[in-house]
Amino acid sequence: MKNKPWNPYLAGALVGIVLVLSVIIAGQYLGASTTFARGASVIEKALGIDYSKFEYFTTSKGKYGPGSLPNWQLLYVIGIAIGAFIAARLSGTFKINAVPEMWKKKFGSNPVKRGVVAFAGGAIGLIGARLAGGCPTGHGLSGVSQLAVSGFLALAFFVIGAAITARFLYRDGRK
Amino acid sequence: MTLIYGLITGILFGFILQRAGILTYEKQVGALRLIDMTVFKLMLSAIIVGSIGIYLFNDLGVIKLSLKATSIGAQVIGGLIFGVGWALLGYCPGISAGALGEGHIDALWGIIGMLFGGAVYAMIYPFMKKYIISIGSYGKISIPQLLELNHWVVIIIFTILMLILFRFFEKKGL
Repeated sequence: MKNKPWNPYLAGALVGIVLVLSVIIAGQYLGASTTFARGASVIEKALGIDYSKFEYFTTSKGKYGPGSLPNWQLLYVIGIAIGAFIAARLSGTFKINAVPEMWKKKFGSNPVKRGVVAFAGGAIGLIGARLAGGCPTGHGLSGVSQLAVSGFLALAFFVIGAAITARFLYRDGRK
Repeated sequence: MTLIYGLITGILFGFILQRAGILTYEKQVGALRLIDMTVFKLMLSAIIVGSIGIYLFNDLGVIKLSLKATSIGAQVIGGLIFGVGWALLGYCPGISAGALGEGHIDALWGIIGMLFGGAVYAMIYPFMKKYIISIGSYGKISIPQLLELNHWVVIIIFTILMLILFRFFEKKGL
């Protein structure tokens, strides 16, 4: 397999086809963020924390509680990692890397610093995604494809929030 | 069987995104810094094909729509909060799984952070439900319903706008 990246428009069209086939065959729209909320309830249960005191994990027949896993979406998220791993190995682009190059140029190569910010970003991002009701996959791809008002609104504000933050982080120009 | 479909769908999705080269921090944050539009080109192309396919098969009665409820409070405030996290981490939730598969260890810290965020959200959910999600809550509405237009008119207009945007990206070499 050649190392050259696929054309983004064609790759996007393929992703669109995967979405439509998933809805036709499995009745599932693509989404990812609820898996992390559900995962949190599974971890709380394993740690012996009484998750039932949290309405979020117990309402709608425990939609987000520990009993909701494993489900389609958990396997989908795991599949993304496997698919990416296979493609990276086949194309020779797999590389263990703790600090991205762009980050290094601006913030240095300390993996702990990067790890702390990545952790904080993940936590803030998931709180926002659950409040918004989805992530760029659930709201952006699946929601906007259905022409949902919620999808357009969420995607627009995801990008606005992220573009302002990225601008602030890299405000001294493109180093 | 549902689980197997999930796994296969994920593998296809991860494979395509890896080969398109968008699972890196550089591509994600490059898009957010508005210096490399690859991620948006891919996402918006997927939405064009997805919208045509979904409404075609919905018209044929093969599938059902599954709209998420619109709440201006939730999507504006939640959207902005998500955006802050997305730019700090450099990967969105689905992408972080793919980035880890490609070897980016920082994505794993992000995933652990997301699990923590999920636990925090469960704690603050009653507050959010009462004060944020209730702002401008309109239920499961679509753009065609809102504008009282046929969905194909909306899809055609959306597609034309996106093609103009793509042309702009290519002209500017973004």
